[in-house]
Amino acid sequence: MTGAGALEGAGAAPGGGAVPGRRRGAAGGIPGRRRGAAGSVRRGGWTPWLYLAPALVVLGGLLVYPVYQLGLISFLEYTQAQVSGGRPTSFQGFGNYAALFRDEQFWQVLLATVLFAAACVVATLVVGCALAVLLTRVRAVPRLALMLAALGAWATPAITGSTVWVFLFDPDHGPVNRLLGLGDFSWTYGRYSAFTLVLFEVVWCSFPFVMVTVYAGIKAIPGEVIEAAALDGASPWRTWRSVTAPLLRPILLVVTIQSVIWDFKIFTQIYVMTNGGGIAGQNLVLNVYAYQKAFASSQYSLGSAIGVVMLLVLLSITLVHLRLLRHRGEEL
Amino acid sequence: MNLSRLGVRRPRRLLAEASALVIAVIVAFPLYWMVLSALKPQGEIQSAEARPWTLSPSLDSFRRVFEQQEFGRYFLNSLFVAGAVVVGSALIAFLAATAVTRFRFRFRTTLLVMFLIAQMVPVEALTIPLFFLMRDAGLLNTLGSLVLPHLAFSLPFAIWMLRGFVKAVPEALQEAAAIDGASRTRFLWQILFPLVFPGLVATSVFSFISTWNDFLFAKSFIISDTSQSTLPMALLVFFKPDENDWGGIMAASTVMTLPVLVFFVLVQRRLVSGLGGAVKD
Repeated sequence: MTGAGALEGAGAAPGGGAVPGRRRGAAGGIPGRRRGAAGSVRRGGWTPWLYLAPALVVLGGLLVYPVYQLGLISFLEYTQAQVSGGRPTSFQGFGNYAALFRDEQFWQVLLATVLFAAACVVATLVVGCALAVLLTRVRAVPRLALMLAALGAWATPAITGSTVWVFLFDPDHGPVNRLLGLGDFSWTYGRYSAFTLVLFEVVWCSFPFVMVTVYAGIKAIPGEVIEAAALDGASPWRTWRSVTAPLLRPILLVVTIQSVIWDFKIFTQIYVMTNGGGIAGQNLVLNVYAYQKAFASSQYSLGSAIGVVMLLVLLSITLVHLRLLRHRGEEL
Repeated sequence: MNLSRLGVRRPRRLLAEASALVIAVIVAFPLYWMVLSALKPQGEIQSAEARPWTLSPSLDSFRRVFEQQEFGRYFLNSLFVAGAVVVGSALIAFLAATAVTRFRFRFRTTLLVMFLIAQMVPVEALTIPLFFLMRDAGLLNTLGSLVLPHLAFSLPFAIWMLRGFVKAVPEALQEAAAIDGASRTRFLWQILFPLVFPGLVATSVFSFISTWNDFLFAKSFIISDTSQSTLPMALLVFFKPDENDWGGIMAASTVMTLPVLVFFVLVQRRLVSGLGGAVKD
């Protein structure tokens, strides 16, 4: 979803992750302030918990409890009969997982999800970084034009973005097939062409986040460093590979992990553009698969088991993220 | 830019600028095509040649959108849900961010890590348990079933982001306020809140967008009472098995995209100045 990506975009900025100099300044200031605070400010007894209470209630009830429920349902037999109260729920142990892992389609969907997410991440990063570099090499007017266009793509809701892209590639009325002379070639008919079409949309709406963040990062690199490389006769590619990219490592890391998390759980684009997972489910990804299992065929426990698998995968990615953040010495 | 002084040769820069402009056009094209198709008369959309302009723009498609399916009501529903989430999460996150930045207490770091992890929870995976939760609470088919989950999902990030803004307010200010006899509550709402406000605006952009764009919950929790539907559902009405009404779809898409674009543009300056303020310290 657009929102999710947008989140980190500005999130990177207030932390000042891009600005090593400033960070050092801020870190230097903190111990002094802490000493000056002289306890009275910091020690509030119950006050912090009072301030935290609304947040904890909301998160406990609507985030932690549902996660627990998700796990629980995945171990029960839970179909339409149990939902309507016709039959009592029964404990299945790992039965649902066993059924899931025996299901050939699950492995197919898992593989498709991983490959598709990987393709989206790579394409988004390449486009985003290339355009960020391009932005540093042009004057104000082209820069503004590109920035504005990117902001427009960024702000477009996933669902409208999906409908517009489907229309652009429509075999009967879309301009793309006319332009490329493809006649009435249907993009959503074949498995790979359908995935490609979704990939275009995903890259379109997620590269702006990468571009803006990486551009901010490049601007924060002292000009002399790049000038020195240019004076030494380095080509733009060489400058990027040996100077800019290493300095941008922390930012690239955040952007990559964010994209991985985001693209792994794509739902709206696939659901809308391939009409719920494509012909005979050829374009299913895990998220859509779980949804179809639960809400289309009422196999809530299987859907929950898929949800748990997704949760575990994303959790491990997050933990890697957290470790790398810690490694950088980010202060919590 | 330093590079130009240094002799990135002019033809090369012109080439870069030309490609930047071309790419800008390509990136903007889908949005242009959306608005254009919304304005094209029905006949032109149906015709086989897709012309990139129209000589006789009409508001027919928009009229169809607003007449069909109580579109105005869906619009207001979407606006209400997004507004409730924005206000609610801003207030709750402000309090929580103040707690974790202005106080030292046990489990503070643990809580922060939990907030970070909570950001990564795949919202979509929780649709099933949330569905049962909403059913048991009797909230299915009400706007509350959309407000509450989005409130929960936007909080962790909002807290995480506001932390920086709260931190940026010098603590000397709090001491000065205390010396002048201001109570802690008074300091919180009359001094800290206005100072952190730009940060709240920046945060609200993100909760607004993620809520406004929501498709999955709207589809799963509002099942029978269409008077409670939000915009994404109204959009899908125009997809028909035999022949999609592309004019209607594009007009509805335009109506749905515009508020986000306007919001983005309005808040843009605030956003940048807010972020700047947070970093400046």
